[in-house]
Amino acid sequence: MSGRSILVGLTVLVLIGLIIWTIIRGRYVARTERIDAVFGNPERALGGWYWIICGVSSVLLIWFYFSWDAARAYVPTAANEMCQVAKLEAAGNPIRSRFAIDERLDRSTTVLIRDRNQLDGLSNSVDKLDMSDTQRAEAKAIVSEMKSLMIGLASPSNFNSETAASVEDIASRLQNLNAQLEDPSYPGEPSADQIAKAESQPGWGEGSDEIPIAPASAAGYKFDAAAKEMSLIAKDFSRIRNTTPEFLTTVEDLENRIKAFEAETDGELKRTVSNMKKLLKRVDDGAIFPSSAMNAIDTGIRQIDATAIDQLGAFHWVDTFLMPGGKITAGSTNCTEQGSGRWLPKPSDTLATLWRLAKPSEGYKGFPLLWYEWRPIGKVTEMLIPDMVADLVPGKYPVPDDQGNLTPNLKSKTLAFATGDYNSFSVPVPMGHVWDSLVRVLLGLFFGIILGVPLGLFMGLSRFAKGYFDPLIELYRPVPPLAWAPLILTIFGIQDDGKIFLLFMVAFAIMVISARTGATGTSLSKIHAAHSLGATPWQILRNVIAPNSLPEILTGIRISIGVCWGTLVAAEMLAGTTGVGFVENVARKQSDYEIIWVTIILLGLLGLMFDLGMRWVIKRTIPWRGKG
Amino acid sequence: MSDLVADNVSMRFTTPTGQTVHALENLNFTLKQGELLSVLGPSGCGKTTLLNIVAGFLRPSEGIFRLGDKEIVGPGVDRGMVFQQGALFEWLTVAQNVDFGLRMRGEKSKDTAEKVEKWLDIVGLQGFGDVPTYQLSGGMQQRIALARCLINDPDVILMDEPLGALDALTREKMQSLVLKIWKETGKTIMIITHSVEEALLLGERLFVMAPRPGRLHKSYELPFAERGLKEDLRDIKNDPEFGQKREEILTMIWDMEEEIMGQVAGSDTA
Ligand SMILES: Nc1ncnc2c1ncn2[C@@H]1O[C@H](COP(=O)(O)OP(=O)(O)OP(=O)(O)O)[C@@H](O)[C@H]1O
Ligand SMILES: [Mg+2]
Repeated sequence: MSGRSILVGLTVLVLIGLIIWTIIRGRYVARTERIDAVFGNPERALGGWYWIICGVSSVLLIWFYFSWDAARAYVPTAANEMCQVAKLEAAGNPIRSRFAIDERLDRSTTVLIRDRNQLDGLSNSVDKLDMSDTQRAEAKAIVSEMKSLMIGLASPSNFNSETAASVEDIASRLQNLNAQLEDPSYPGEPSADQIAKAESQPGWGEGSDEIPIAPASAAGYKFDAAAKEMSLIAKDFSRIRNTTPEFLTTVEDLENRIKAFEAETDGELKRTVSNMKKLLKRVDDGAIFPSSAMNAIDTGIRQIDATAIDQLGAFHWVDTFLMPGGKITAGSTNCTEQGSGRWLPKPSDTLATLWRLAKPSEGYKGFPLLWYEWRPIGKVTEMLIPDMVADLVPGKYPVPDDQGNLTPNLKSKTLAFATGDYNSFSVPVPMGHVWDSLVRVLLGLFFGIILGVPLGLFMGLSRFAKGYFDPLIELYRPVPPLAWAPLILTIFGIQDDGKIFLLFMVAFAIMVISARTGATGTSLSKIHAAHSLGATPWQILRNVIAPNSLPEILTGIRISIGVCWGTLVAAEMLAGTTGVGFVENVARKQSDYEIIWVTIILLGLLGLMFDLGMRWVIKRTIPWRGKG
Repeated sequence: MSDLVADNVSMRFTTPTGQTVHALENLNFTLKQGELLSVLGPSGCGKTTLLNIVAGFLRPSEGIFRLGDKEIVGPGVDRGMVFQQGALFEWLTVAQNVDFGLRMRGEKSKDTAEKVEKWLDIVGLQGFGDVPTYQLSGGMQQRIALARCLINDPDVILMDEPLGALDALTREKMQSLVLKIWKETGKTIMIITHSVEEALLLGERLFVMAPRPGRLHKSYELPFAERGLKEDLRDIKNDPEFGQKREEILTMIWDMEEEIMGQVAGSDTA
């Protein structure tokens, strides 16, 4: 048993314990505590941290359960054994699919219905097509011949004795296999080779293959051997055709008649001819059997299924109760988890993946999630300071003198500083997928706020601003940000600039509207008071209107953060090579559910962090909200 | 001399539905510097409108107001206002609210601290300087508003029901305070009130206004404010002359209210 299994096993027990304990505690508190608030008073919802623990524990427990992490921790050998059963099942599938086991009708009936409908359709189209009367008569004759041929196959009286013998043979082999499955001594001692394979393979979820495939237990050897036998039977079974010599001559005859008919046709009729040929080939397949002809095989395969469950013993209950929401299936070379076991990665694996990706040396696609790198300070100033700052410095850029030497002056030095063209020390700079996403959101938000808030206040206070800017904002705001994305990303580039601009657009509209609401919501008497206290318009804006709008502005920021995250992740999925959304998109293409979940968890944590931060800011800056 | 002169002042509002409301009609009066005027009248008779025009927040539809020889065209520090609801800046502390006007005119808050202390003392809130205003009761907030206005040293003090939210005891103290400030500073004060007693006690002059259209109904010159500076206010209230005036004005206002009711009832049947 690996360390991880022990840890998961303990965690699950602790979670169950916590849930039970918090429920007991909650009920006890509810019984003993005196609650003054009447029903409907929100105070009744205050407190109750133990319900938070209960809720979190339940969610985690559900995760452990449906991802089969609990199953893996408690019964680590289950998957391997289920894999052997799955092999048997997969081997029998070609047989099973002929009968009404996983379907409602058996295959023979389905084929019969389908082909008959298509023959009827063909006959109808012959009626409508343009052709001579003799041609029409011949075409209809061919179709009706094919139909009677096909129906004839389904009749027990035409059932070929040779075919019946093959069916009998398959049925008895199935019965034999069934008896072997029930026999405790089958298939005998495993070979040294088998044992070596079983012992050398890693456990469930430990190796590169999800589930160890070589049988490793008595029941496992049995199922493995049975699966091999079953695939031989299935191969022979699939060779059985329901034909008779008379049937074959009729088919040949029809083939010739169609050819003759084809010789005199052209244009549109060619399609009808090729349909005739296709249908004849199907009839020739011999996939239609009299309905009861293969009952013995049907019974045999069902018997084996029942015996398999029987032989599985306790593992059958593990399958039912510890591995809900899906099952293990066997492919030609490996076994995989299907259902929730597949798309819901195990918490322990997810944590391990997160841990692996968080390692700066590993990261994702050669780029860490969140780390730092040493960069020359020049690279940083290059990024932060626009080059045009140098243009603002008085003077001219130096030109070469007679000897072709350049004498740097203040202007050229400023330019060198702004372009990072100088040697100096290095500073640590954060980097990584998470950092990139974070910076994009923060920059978009930053520009949205510093431009949106003043404009919003202005629009709340001035008729010109309201009238002039309103159409502009109201025209672009209702368009979902992602509808803008293709355009913006084309204009501004798929890397940072485009995304930051997109987020700026999102945040800007929200900030304008919230600042405007805040400004218009300032109570008139406060403005009047400020006026009669001698404040100038600018002072009123700064000291009365701006602080009075702060609650709306902060709410706006809170909303912006949420919308920006959503937009960013989607934009990163659209284009780009870094960011959390990029990671998720690549993981999606590779169906790497663990990484998808890691990104979801990362995004959840980042969002939570932002929101807690905003709540803290709101609590600190506007405790007076709604109390004016 | 900066007297306050109303010269044929009328005020009409147009409601969003297009109706015209005559809030004030043909108001003419002169308030000499240092006079204390109380204004009384049924609800909706245009008292707040009158005050807003004097403060410069509204321009009258017709006529002009003059303070001294200057026409009033906008708000100014020479006219301080105490509002019906405190209108405090709830994001500031008590001290920051009180010295708001001083700071807006460039004084540093460390220089104003002494004055703030003094005025908080006067309104009975010493030591509350650092408390956020939203944590104060309605009465306390109203006193801060008073201090905030007075610290600015305006020539005219306009008060819109400043004492309405106070308990009986504080209210009486504040009434004395208003009289004291009036006496000590010699400021012109216009005070709106719903309480006939308060109007009689505080008003050196008293206007009773009538509604629809808002107009000056009757004007009194009263001795009680002068007496209130020396005597106990409760004694004055028990004075028979005071009682008689009170009854007279109450009846007057009752009649007006009844008339309004009659109009409303009449318009119903018409
Ligand atoms: N902005 C406005 N638009 C339309 N009508 C207004 C406006 N302001 C005031 N009025 C109307 O003018 C009249 C006077 O209002 P005002 O607020 O001055 O009354 P008030 O005497 O102060 O009443 P109260 O004692 O209840 O405070 C009222 O009928 C009111 O409906
Ligand atoms: Mg009023």
